[in-house]
Amino acid sequence: MSAPLLEVSDLVVEYRVGGRIVHAVSGVSLGVRRGETLGLVGESGCGKSTLGRAVLQLTRSTGGEIRFDGHSLTAMRGETLRKMRQRVQLIFQDPIASLNPRRRTGDIIAEPLIVAGVRSRAERDRRVRAVMEAVGLDPDTVMNRLPSEFSGGQCQRISIARALVLEPEFIVCDEPVSALDVSIRAQILNLLEDMKNRYGLTLLFIAHDLAVVRAVSDRVAVMYLGRLCEVAPTDALFVRPAHPYSRLLLDAIPMPDPDIRPIEGVAVGEPPSPIAPPSGCRFRTRCPRADAICASEMPELRLLAPEQYVACHHPLTGS
Amino acid sequence: MSLLSLEGLTVDLPTPRGNLRAVDGVDLALAAGQTLGIVGESGCGKTMLSRAILQLLPKRARVGGRVMFEGQDISKLRPDALRRLRGPALAVVFQDPMTSLNPVLTIGTQLVETLQAHLAVDGREAVRRGVELLAAVGIPAPEQRMGQYPHQLSGGMRQRVAIAIALSCEPRLLIADEPTTALDVTVQAQILDLLARETRRRHMAMILITHDLGVVAGRTDEVAVMYAGRIVERAPTRALFHGPRMPYTEALLAAIPKLDSAPHTRLPTIEGRPPDPTRRMPGCAFAPRCRYAEGDCVVGKPGLGPVDAGHEFACWHPR
Repeated sequence: MSAPLLEVSDLVVEYRVGGRIVHAVSGVSLGVRRGETLGLVGESGCGKSTLGRAVLQLTRSTGGEIRFDGHSLTAMRGETLRKMRQRVQLIFQDPIASLNPRRRTGDIIAEPLIVAGVRSRAERDRRVRAVMEAVGLDPDTVMNRLPSEFSGGQCQRISIARALVLEPEFIVCDEPVSALDVSIRAQILNLLEDMKNRYGLTLLFIAHDLAVVRAVSDRVAVMYLGRLCEVAPTDALFVRPAHPYSRLLLDAIPMPDPDIRPIEGVAVGEPPSPIAPPSGCRFRTRCPRADAICASEMPELRLLAPEQYVACHHPLTGS
Repeated sequence: MSLLSLEGLTVDLPTPRGNLRAVDGVDLALAAGQTLGIVGESGCGKTMLSRAILQLLPKRARVGGRVMFEGQDISKLRPDALRRLRGPALAVVFQDPMTSLNPVLTIGTQLVETLQAHLAVDGREAVRRGVELLAAVGIPAPEQRMGQYPHQLSGGMRQRVAIAIALSCEPRLLIADEPTTALDVTVQAQILDLLARETRRRHMAMILITHDLGVVAGRTDEVAVMYAGRIVERAPTRALFHGPRMPYTEALLAAIPKLDSAPHTRLPTIEGRPPDPTRRMPGCAFAPRCRYAEGDCVVGKPGLGPVDAGHEFACWHPR
C-alpha cells in the first residue's frame, strides 16, 4: 500500500493552563490515505480539534511528528510551512465567527490567493468567481456583500470557497455542520462530498455527531481524552464496534425512530479532566468492562479485524 | 380540561426592519402528565412560544390570543400572582445552565432560595430538601455540591442542578427549552433519561423544545412541528414519524443522516431557507421551498386540521 498522504506519529500536544498541564493529545498515531475521508469523533475536550489544528501546525505539537506527503510539518518553520499550508486548509465550525465581518465576500475568498502570491488581480478574480460558482454562490450577487448579510449556511459556503480557492489537496473540516440547522446541514454535507470529488480532496472530518460522520467517512477514528480508542472502516465501526467507548457513543445517539425506545441508563458519568487523566486506559473510570489491568497498563492500538484497530484490554467481540 | 391550552397565540416584536411576527396564531392543548415535543429550526418561533407560555417575553413584545393554564388566562395575571404560579405550577430549564444559574451564589443558596420563596419551609428543611433533590437528579456527593459554585461543575452537572431547581416546587408543567443542545451525546442521554424518569414519577407534564427530531422520537407522547411561527403539523409521536403529512415534516425527517445507510449516500435536502419573518406572505410559508407546491399554496394560508386520530396538519396538498 502507498504511504498515507497525512501521517501522524505519536503526536503529543500539551498546554499549560495556570501552572497545570492539559494533556490534550497524548500519543496519537494515525494515517489518512490520499482520496479518503477519515472521520474523527469524540466528545468535547477529547482533543479532536487540537489534533485538527496540529495538522496545520496552528497549534504547535509538544512531541511526535506530522508528515504530509512525505514532508515533516512539525520540523517546518516560517516560509516553508506557509508554502505547505497552501496544500492543507481548514474549515471551522462557526461559519459566522470565522469570517471577517468588515470585509466583502469577494475579498475574503481572494485573501488566500494574495497570501500565496497571486499578483494578477484578473487572475484572482477569475479564480474567486470559479470557486464561488462551484460552491453554489452567485458571484455577481455575493461578491460585494458582507458576511452579516448571509445566513449560517451561506457563510459556511463562503468558508468552503475560501478553503478551496488554492485548490488544496487536504482539508481539515472541524465540525463544519454542527452550527447549522438540519435542512441546511444536508445541503452543506452534499456540497462537501461534491467538492471532494471535483477537486480530488482528502478530508479529515472532525465531528461529534456520529450520524454525520457515518454519512461522509470511509474510515472513522474514535478519540477519548487525548487518545485513540478505535480506528476502523465506517461500516465495521457502526455495525461491530470493538471498543466499549465506541459502543457507548453509538448507544447514546438519540435515534429519529419512535419504535426504538431509548435504553435508560446506557450512559454513566462524564469524561474526567484532561489535566489529570486516569492511569492506564483513560476510559476505564466509565467502562463497564474495566478491571485491574486497565488501571495499570495503557492499552495500545492493535489490529483486531481487517483494518479495525482497537486500544482495549477487553474488546467487545461479535456484535 | 387541558392543563395548558394556547388559543390563537401571536407574538410580535418590533425590529428596525419592521414588525417581526415570531409566533403566528398557535393553538395547542396539553393534558396533565403528557409530554409534548416542539420541533423546529432556528428562527421558527419555538423559543418565543415557550417564553410566551412562561410570560417571560421581552417588554417590547406584543402578545395576542390567550394562554390558558388550568382554566385561567395567565397572560392577564398581575406580577405577584404570576410569581406564585411559577415554581409550583410552571417551571423551566433553559439550554445553557451557565447563564440561567447565578455565578456568584452557591448551588445550595440557589436551591434553598427557590424552596423558601415558594414553600413554607424553614432553612434546615430547605437544605435537607435541596440535598435530596441533588441526589435525585444524580449528583454525586450532594452535601459537598451544595457549597460549590456553578463554575466548579461540568456542563452536565450544571444542567442537573438547573433541573433540580426547576423540580424543587413540584411543578405541574416543565418547559425544557433545548435542555441538551450544549451537552455531549453521552451526557445528553443521561439528562434525557433524567427528565423522562422525573416526568413519570411526578406525573408532570413536559414541553420538550428541540431542533433534533432524534431527541423527541423516543421520549414524547406527541410532537408539534413549527415553521415560520406556526405549527404546521401535530400528531402522536409514532404517527408523525411513520406518516408525516406536511411536506416540511417529511423533508425534515429525510434530511437527517441515517445510521444504517452506506457512507457517501447523498442526503435529500430542502433547498432555500425559511422566509424573512418581518415580511408577511399570503400563502403557506413553506410553499417557496416545497416540491409539491401548486398555485393555491401561495394564495391562502392553510389552517391546522383536520383532526384524524389526533393528527392534524396545515397543508393544501398533504402527503
